[in-house]
Amino acid sequence: MSFVTANWNPLGEAFYRKIELYDMCWDLKDALRDCLLAAAPYGGPIALLRNPHRRSPSSRPQLEIYSASGVAIASFPWKSGPVVHLGWTVTDELLCIQEDGSVLIYDMFGSFKRHFSMGQEVVQSQVLEAKVFHSPYGTGIAIVTGSSRFTLATNIDELKLRRLPEVPVLQGKPSCWVVLTQDRQTKVLLSNGPELYILDNTSCTAVSPPGLSPQAGSIVHMSVSFSYKYLALFTDTGHLWTGSSQLQDKLSEIDTKKSLPPKQMVWCRRPKSQQPSVVLMWDRLLMVAGCLLVGELDGVRIISSTSQELLQEVPLVCQDIFKIASMAPGALLLEAHREYEVRTLPEGDQGAKHGETTLIWHIAASFGKCFLTDFSPDQFVSTCRELRVLNAVRESSVGLPLTHAQFKQMTLQVLIDRLVYRQFYPLAIEICRYLKIPDYQGVSRVLKHWASCKVQQKDLSDEAIAQAVCVKVGDSPGVSYSHIAAKAYECGRTELAIKLLDFEPRPPPVCQAGDITPLTSCVSVYTVVTYLKNEMNRGDFFMTLRNQPVALCLYRQFCKLQEQETLKDLYNQDDDHQELANYYVAASYREKRLDSRLSLLQGAVDEYNKAKNEFAVKATEDEMRLLRFQRKLDDEKGAGLLGLSLQATMEALLALGLHKQAEQLYRDFRVPDKRYWWLKLKSLAEKEEWEELEKFSKSKKSPIGYLPFVEVCMKSNNKYEARKYVSKVTPEQKVRAHLAISDLEGAADAAIERKNESDVGAVLARCAGVCRDTSDM
Amino acid sequence: MAHSGRRDSPELPDFSLLKRLARDQLIYLLEQQHEVDKLYKVEYKPVFSTSDQLCFLIRPRIQAVKWIYVANADKAAGKFRRYKIIFTPQKFYACEAVLEEQGIFGDVTTDEWAFYLLPLDDDIISLELPEFFRDNFLAGDQRWVRTAGSALHLLHSLYGPFSKIYGIGRCSKMAYESWREQVEEGEQRSRQAEIGKVFLIDRDVDFVTPLCSQVVYEGLVDDIFRIKCGCVEFGPDVTSSDKGIKVMLNSQDKVFHEIRNEHFSNVFGFLSQKARNLQAAYDKRRGMDIKQMKTFVSEELKGLKQEHRLLSLHIGASESIMKKKTKQDFQELLKTEHSLLEGFEIRECFSFIEEHINRQVSMIESLRLLCLLSITENGESSLFKCCVKNSYGVDHLLTFANLRQLGLLVEQQPGETLTVMESKVGKLVNDKTAGKLTDAFSSLAKKSNFRALSRKLNLVPKSDEEYDLRVPRDMAYIFSGAYIPLSCKLVEQVLERDGWTGLEEVTRLLNGHEFSVTGKTTNSSAKNDGQRIILVMFLGGCTFSEISALRFLGRERGYKFIIVTTAITNSSRLMEALLENRV
Repeated sequence: MSFVTANWNPLGEAFYRKIELYDMCWDLKDALRDCLLAAAPYGGPIALLRNPHRRSPSSRPQLEIYSASGVAIASFPWKSGPVVHLGWTVTDELLCIQEDGSVLIYDMFGSFKRHFSMGQEVVQSQVLEAKVFHSPYGTGIAIVTGSSRFTLATNIDELKLRRLPEVPVLQGKPSCWVVLTQDRQTKVLLSNGPELYILDNTSCTAVSPPGLSPQAGSIVHMSVSFSYKYLALFTDTGHLWTGSSQLQDKLSEIDTKKSLPPKQMVWCRRPKSQQPSVVLMWDRLLMVAGCLLVGELDGVRIISSTSQELLQEVPLVCQDIFKIASMAPGALLLEAHREYEVRTLPEGDQGAKHGETTLIWHIAASFGKCFLTDFSPDQFVSTCRELRVLNAVRESSVGLPLTHAQFKQMTLQVLIDRLVYRQFYPLAIEICRYLKIPDYQGVSRVLKHWASCKVQQKDLSDEAIAQAVCVKVGDSPGVSYSHIAAKAYECGRTELAIKLLDFEPRPPPVCQAGDITPLTSCVSVYTVVTYLKNEMNRGDFFMTLRNQPVALCLYRQFCKLQEQETLKDLYNQDDDHQELANYYVAASYREKRLDSRLSLLQGAVDEYNKAKNEFAVKATEDEMRLLRFQRKLDDEKGAGLLGLSLQATMEALLALGLHKQAEQLYRDFRVPDKRYWWLKLKSLAEKEEWEELEKFSKSKKSPIGYLPFVEVCMKSNNKYEARKYVSKVTPEQKVRAHLAISDLEGAADAAIERKNESDVGAVLARCAGVCRDTSDM
Repeated sequence: MAHSGRRDSPELPDFSLLKRLARDQLIYLLEQQHEVDKLYKVEYKPVFSTSDQLCFLIRPRIQAVKWIYVANADKAAGKFRRYKIIFTPQKFYACEAVLEEQGIFGDVTTDEWAFYLLPLDDDIISLELPEFFRDNFLAGDQRWVRTAGSALHLLHSLYGPFSKIYGIGRCSKMAYESWREQVEEGEQRSRQAEIGKVFLIDRDVDFVTPLCSQVVYEGLVDDIFRIKCGCVEFGPDVTSSDKGIKVMLNSQDKVFHEIRNEHFSNVFGFLSQKARNLQAAYDKRRGMDIKQMKTFVSEELKGLKQEHRLLSLHIGASESIMKKKTKQDFQELLKTEHSLLEGFEIRECFSFIEEHINRQVSMIESLRLLCLLSITENGESSLFKCCVKNSYGVDHLLTFANLRQLGLLVEQQPGETLTVMESKVGKLVNDKTAGKLTDAFSSLAKKSNFRALSRKLNLVPKSDEEYDLRVPRDMAYIFSGAYIPLSCKLVEQVLERDGWTGLEEVTRLLNGHEFSVTGKTTNSSAKNDGQRIILVMFLGGCTFSEISALRFLGRERGYKFIIVTTAITNSSRLMEALLENRV
């Protein structure tokens, strides 16, 4: 294990190392030489199109897709037009750009997804070269046509073609070009001989890289870094210029003494590294012929017909630990651990067996951890777990070679998505469980994808699939059978969809087809209703409900709480004017503004009219009249009456001393005399306006008699006033009146006068009460 | 005074098992959530909590689910938490649909806490579902029926098998069927039955009883102070201190146990007797030697102290009730109610109710009286119309619609023809005679189901005899001897006849839906005590008066009744459930 540094090569101040990732599983021999190649970054799949230019119909070119480790995924003969360029999108979809400007999209299993065109004029002028690029907006395509015009699409998922302005001097294709994404703008940098131009949406500007010696010659190759920050230019005299892609700073200029332009030139740098560098590849010179460089976030993958290697700058921490005579804490720790093991575990440690540098590290770290009491182990544990996951997905059969930095950039979610996409379901689930992701984000999601994919398998019987889905998915949270069933339904497997829906108590999708028979057999009407609501068109839905009274009741209930508007439609459809009117009345309470409230009430009046409910019409009209009246008074006197009932309004008016207005309401609304008298009586007594009360009592004959006057006065403990009314009380109530003012003698007299047994009894009962009270004292 | 009843009355089963089962399940559910940090009431406001998981325990109501929008708020704030909703007693898909619509269904896990039955007392078990009444009878929403069936199933599996099941009402029938299904799904165990017979009854079979003012002590306490979950809060006027107090009202309270079923007029006498006894017990210590005193303090004093406390509490409550109820108003109110029940002096009742409305005493009360009038007299509307129009606002048009839908307040159908007749007659004779004629006509036109039922079942005892409330002779004592509650009378009759035979006319008047089924009892030893334990299930609520009446019936006949109800109700709760408020 002291050979960790054996494959390190110093370059400048940094070390570079080359790690062998895979012995490629494919059997290609020299085939990489004359074929179109594309490998997706982040350990994505590799596509190759053999002999793209052979056009005879008898031997069609073969399109092959491999995983990063060279495991064949798909292979099919290319039947469409000649392909100019292959590329991968960020979601691992293969883009095949054809000469006529049409772009075909395949998924990584080689099944056709869709296609689009890069513009009509391209059909004529043909695509000369194309490039696929990635930006924060997604995956984009740039082409240059035979008429030397550039066309860009920044995001193929939201296709918007931009035709860039003409480059004045350009004939045919430029000697080299790249796509840059800067300041939220996508531009094209191109060279025509020694001149360099930047092409953006509106203009074409000539630029010159700072510090590039004039005798350097014309630019024949250029490359931009993964992050679009750095640019490398190669001239026909063998000069290599590197600098910022803004073309403001120069990093270096080197004379490579090679006059041949390199076949491929890729940046190799680590994020935050001080020393960016460029890898150049010449045919037959630097490396094995016919291989592919894939720029990654933190290195370059070199794919050849036999093997795949990762070239990267050695991360600083590693350098610290493994550099000769390093005194960094990490190195010391490792050394200490080694010593410790020599003494205690002579047979060697786990790490050595695995030959995994990372593992040694972590064993050392865990060893070190024991001596650090105040260091939270969380980070250590999570890093360990992540590294194990990365080792798992790097397995040749899976073929996702990712570095830790790439993993961090891409996030776990995406990694799981990619695994799911590649149909490594068990592995994805294992990872979710291992990293303890919440079920609804992890396992459930994987299961959902799995099930959706499973139902599309044509070779299995409905029964078998349904069973398999049920066993696997069970009742994991967040997995909706209806979603899976919908997928099945999409594939035309209605029977299967029904079977699946049986697992979830949701109605069969037969309902989707407008068949209402299952309604009766379904367990939960509510479910059916909610489901149908979303699936059927509204008219049909309401018609269906009409025949299902129970369901209708439930749905109304639901609407009252959730969708008031729907309720209205429902009543409308049934011509249920009464309910519709009630709906308007209810809605009017919720309305704050008077105008809208009035208009709603008017609606109610119309409906009540249609329902021939005259009483309700009258009541509603009265309410509207009252509201207007209240509004007027509120404006005039600031009485704050709006929304009160008639009774409450009159009460408030009397309390405010607005007798005239109260009187007006009493007349306008034909309030029963009795009620008005009670109201006024109570109000006056409450305000203790005794004179006013007396006047009122004399205004005309009281419709409620005079006993209430006595009682009301007594309620305010005013015996004096109460006495005034006793004489006016009718003979039948006289006894009660006397009793009310505790005039027992008077009561007795009245009772005797009336010769009424029960009255005498009442007086006697009171007398007894008084006697007891006095005796108690 | 407490009635000893028959010696051989059977022992009630132990229902604390229900509580234990429910508690264990909840603990199990919550344990999956690890530790519970803090409890909040679910309201329409965000929950401030630092914990990374929230657990909600709610009734399956759309409203409640809508309140759980924290998840959404969290999502907007980019916070990720685990959410769990425990629905009790079961979940409904509508609630999940609402979650789905809010876009948080995937973030939430749901569970069920099968807490169906809360034993409020030795013989009262409540489902604590006050919404059952409105949802089922007004909105026609039958989702709670299964809940009722499950509750019955739970009782069956713990205390069954039932030997006989009777029932009346649509909802009862559905609940029975739901229970039947669940029984067939589950396994059968043969065991000694602790509950023999079951009687299911819908609240809408008998609306009259809950509409009447209650005069039995427990019912009165409920009417005035509102008993919630067997617990009542007495205000400062009762405790005669500056603080109110919460008291559990059940058979553990020895004083309450003895007066709960008494007519209120007897309560004072009983309480003062009790007070004297207590004083005597205290007085015993006079002339004790040290040793006797020691035993007195250690053994008796604590019990006496407690009794003293309870006694003073109930005396306070009774005084407070007296203050509110012995006014003339209340006496007249009772008189009116009794007249309505008997069907005499309807004119007077009418004017009393009119005055009640005019004086704006209480809307709920007015509505209650109107409904009582409408049911007993088979329809009424003119008073209500004036009530709506002028007093309580147009929004009660909707309340009116609700009451009409339930048949609580119906417009008089023959009334129209009557007015036509009246106007014709009115042209011929002067006003005074027309009024008399109207009376005559109305008595002809009114053909009320209630009247017929009352006659058939003898619900109103003959009023010419003096009714001694101290020695009640039938269940009518709970309404001062004026009326035997229809619901309880049905129970009595059906048990007596072992079915509905002979009651065909009655069931016809009640719109049918009656059933009586003999259960599959393995050991048909009808003599065992369990057969005399009868479970009466009220779907839509029952009142304390009805419970008192059934207790009385049980004492008379040697039965023990267990009352299962969706909730305890009374006239105000019934009315409030049907209000359509401006909310």
